[in-house]
Amino acid sequence: MSDSSSQQGIVSARAISVIRNERVILHQVDLDLHPGEIVTLIGPNGAGKTTLVRIVLGLMKPDQGQVTRRPGLRIGYMPQKIHIEPSLPLTVQRFLSLAGGNSLDNQAIAEQTGIVHLLSRPMQRLSGGEAQRVLLARALIRRPQLLVLDEPVQGIDVTGQEEFYQTIANIREQSQCGILMVSHDLHLVMAATDTVICLNQHVCCHGHPESVSSHPAYLELFGRIRQPGIAVYTHHHDHSHDTSHTALKQTASDQYHA
Amino acid sequence: MPEFLLNALLAGIGVALVAGPLGSFAVWRRMAYFGDTLAHSALLGIAFGLLLSINLNVAVTLGCLLLAMILVLLQQNHFIATDTLLGILSHTTLALGLICVSVFSHSRIDLMAYLFGDLLAASGMDVVTIYTVAFFVLIVLYLLWRPLLAITVHEELAKVEGVPVTAIRTILMLLMALVIAIAMKVVGVLLITALLIIPAAASRRLTYTPEQMALVASLLGCLSVLGGLSASFFWDTPVGPSVVLVASSLFLLSLFKRQTA
Repeated sequence: MSDSSSQQGIVSARAISVIRNERVILHQVDLDLHPGEIVTLIGPNGAGKTTLVRIVLGLMKPDQGQVTRRPGLRIGYMPQKIHIEPSLPLTVQRFLSLAGGNSLDNQAIAEQTGIVHLLSRPMQRLSGGEAQRVLLARALIRRPQLLVLDEPVQGIDVTGQEEFYQTIANIREQSQCGILMVSHDLHLVMAATDTVICLNQHVCCHGHPESVSSHPAYLELFGRIRQPGIAVYTHHHDHSHDTSHTALKQTASDQYHA
Repeated sequence: MPEFLLNALLAGIGVALVAGPLGSFAVWRRMAYFGDTLAHSALLGIAFGLLLSINLNVAVTLGCLLLAMILVLLQQNHFIATDTLLGILSHTTLALGLICVSVFSHSRIDLMAYLFGDLLAASGMDVVTIYTVAFFVLIVLYLLWRPLLAITVHEELAKVEGVPVTAIRTILMLLMALVIAIAMKVVGVLLITALLIIPAAASRRLTYTPEQMALVASLLGCLSVLGGLSASFFWDTPVGPSVVLVASSLFLLSLFKRQTA
């Protein structure tokens, strides 16, 4: 949700609305991404995070609103998880090559994501954390200008998250790609995040995350960690939802943007 | 070797060669039921071919291609579960085909030949047709191998990476329809899916890459044709079922090998 209009955005979504089976999935959502910017989407289950991501990726069209992508935009997409049919013999190396790229570049990306030792492993024999790093590598192969990560650290322990976020931070530093990330956690986000967007059908609030090391709640939970890559996002809602979302129309039409 | 045996062997091997890679896709994408439905519609193609007095090979091919297109369109609408839809179409076309063939042909036609194949009756013209189609299908598979594999592994990932998913998927369906139309000669309407699926399944445990699996499936298919024809020659068993049983035996043998990957 950067307001700077001087820099040309990679993707800009305006007033996106999606309605399925008479249920509002997204209502008037705006989203902007600039080169080198990290935007993290948070929100409860069923908040429409995945729908918004699919719209940004061009996998589905919104019922209302408009998505503008920079012409010729290369997107790298890391899905939440991947299921490979047991009947398909496929090594990690072959999986990566499906995205194209030459073998030298792919080797470099494998080193960057720490999966070199996995290259000859069948895809079906990866642990959750290994699969996530392989999916990240696949997303990087086409040298994306926009990287979309759907709950990349779900099911990974805190140390693993730190490592993963460090890798992401390095990638941003090197390639200056824009990064759109969905977080599985309502409060903890990657520390390098520029903007957090809290979504619940509409944009509830957005802002910059606070440094974790100074946040008492985090310290209480995890103790003191040196230079953590995780930050706390403090919500600042000025409205509430009832559980059935029936009041959504009223609340949303008031356009709460804190 | 008598000419009819040579024709049979050539025809069978031509179909087995192309059935290897396509059968592998059928296994990877769980398209066995789809293959059955297309195969059953081939009988309906025969019926209309007889009714309109056009070349039966052409009629079968057109029938399969038409049904493949209908399936592609219906699947996109998601108005009914895919396996239910296939179950309805599969058996409706089979029943309709059986009735039409028996009515239109004045029972002068050998229904068994269409249901279970009549490889020994393959003519020189059949052999030419089979190799033309097989060559065409293999060329298309070769050119589109990577996008085909990409949409098989993960459709959305492929789409984000710029693969025209719907077009590629439709092409795969049409190739499948073409192969089923020519495979009918070898094993007949009721056993076609076996010729696609079983060699590919047998190949799985012996191979480490998709390409190897497709290639070995072709070889196992050729072996099945060879074995089936030999059994038929020496013991006078029906050819189509013999080919399928040899393939099944190869699959059973493959189970003794330790799973590779």
